[in-house]
Amino acid sequence: MSTEQQLDMVQMMVNMGPQHPSTHGVFRMLLWVDGERIVDVEPHIGYLHRGAEKLCEGELYAQIVTLFDRLDYISNFNNELAFCMATEKLMGLEIPERAEYIRVLMCELNRVASHLLFFGTMGLDVGAMTPVMYTFRDREKIQSLFEAVSGARMMHNYIRIGGVKNDLPDDFPQQMARLIPEIKQGIDEADRLLSFSEIFLARTKGIGVIDAETAIANGMSGPSLRACGVPMDVRKDEPYSVYDRFDFGIPIGERGDCWDRYYVRVEEMRQSLRIIEQAMDQIEAGPVSVPVRIVLRPPEGEVYVRAENPRGEIGVYLVSKGADRPYRVKVRPPSFCNLMSLKHLLRDAYVADSVVILGSLDVVLGEVDR
Amino acid sequence: MVERRRREQAPQAQVTLDEKGRILEGLLPEALREYEPEVTSSFDMVEAAVKPEIVPAVCSTLKDNPDLAFDFLLCLCVVDYEEEMQVVYHLYSTVKKHKMALKASVPTEAPTMPSVMSVWSGADWYEREAHDLFGVAFEGHPNMTPLLLYEGFEGYPGRKSYDFNDYTEW
Repeated sequence: MSTEQQLDMVQMMVNMGPQHPSTHGVFRMLLWVDGERIVDVEPHIGYLHRGAEKLCEGELYAQIVTLFDRLDYISNFNNELAFCMATEKLMGLEIPERAEYIRVLMCELNRVASHLLFFGTMGLDVGAMTPVMYTFRDREKIQSLFEAVSGARMMHNYIRIGGVKNDLPDDFPQQMARLIPEIKQGIDEADRLLSFSEIFLARTKGIGVIDAETAIANGMSGPSLRACGVPMDVRKDEPYSVYDRFDFGIPIGERGDCWDRYYVRVEEMRQSLRIIEQAMDQIEAGPVSVPVRIVLRPPEGEVYVRAENPRGEIGVYLVSKGADRPYRVKVRPPSFCNLMSLKHLLRDAYVADSVVILGSLDVVLGEVDR
Repeated sequence: MVERRRREQAPQAQVTLDEKGRILEGLLPEALREYEPEVTSSFDMVEAAVKPEIVPAVCSTLKDNPDLAFDFLLCLCVVDYEEEMQVVYHLYSTVKKHKMALKASVPTEAPTMPSVMSVWSGADWYEREAHDLFGVAFEGHPNMTPLLLYEGFEGYPGRKSYDFNDYTEW
């Protein structure tokens, strides 16, 4: 009987990752568990560290756009936009209206595509294999459209300093008219399939709760913060591009648990589609870029630009000394800060829920490690 | 000739402080009077420069003052200006919806400054990252182990003095 008593006291360390299918990349965490409960957690990141910020200091401004593609590789357009906005602000460039609309269209489509991927993988994380088939089917349609517009499925390098690379294809309005109802229907289908399923609710409701105060202190942003009931969205608080011309809502959650984080994203896709529809109505013909030099030399100064990525708020801090290469580029990656809250979320949770909680944060390790 | 063309190509930017920024610029010198800040502005950002030793005290004032209420640490960044390291805190208020940048410079030979983790727990990984890449030591941080680099990595790859081609392991 003495062994039983001893076993009762043992705290075990469990290593999870870096090669683990549910870590969405290469992420490792050490879990100290007492039976089934997690006592402490130590996240380890950096497996994908490429020194992207340092690399930016050695590249021309136009080349850096390609590096930003590779930070959050699920939402490339949003990253490109953040960097281009920073450079344009530094240079005082005015962008043609049509280019702004194209940027918004691409970014919102990218948000839908990114959330669709999350939708599917969230299902996978709790063991539901079917939703991912539906959402990937719809995401693929958006990716095909991206390919038609920019020439690449990912790593588009489409949003350039001074506008966008080229105009939309001629049949773009027809393609969109076909695509939007399909996506809407797809979201509804997947929503019916997963969101209110008894098993899914049991696995996500009340799991991984974080209150608004802790979330703000930890720098959480985006859907993960909005799930705690904080309506913070850069598109509303500090409208950039032409976001002030659209009528859209900010879905917020109530309790800040996994289900709220999940459902906020589902609702966000519908709001994004609203923006896309309005943008398609408002967009007018015109030039899509202003001519800029290949070798740009912005004046001396520094800017900080905020933008809303699918995962949260991205910030780009750009310091220029008037040279053709930036002096310092710092990115505030949304996933980095969201992942930082993991130790609050995982403490006292069950080991089996750790995968769901990590999945509900929707991190991309490419931008965490940079 | 070349100089002139460059200037033509890069006109001075027009972005200036918005309403909230102007109010904040007026508030800051009074609210931080005891810390003797240097309040300036650049583009749409209000900036305040203080001495590194008093950063945590300034930060708690910025957070607790109901008119300022900077409860959100947007970003913590280190800029290497060769002779000194500038630590830049970008702050945001979820209540007042205004933003600012707080700056403190530490000498490159001995870059040490107090941690702000007691004010915003979100500074945790930023400070570890800054220590990894720039060698800025944050006193009072509970766990200053490498975050992005592996243990035993020599040098500070974020610094200007670190050559691009110094990575030999691959």
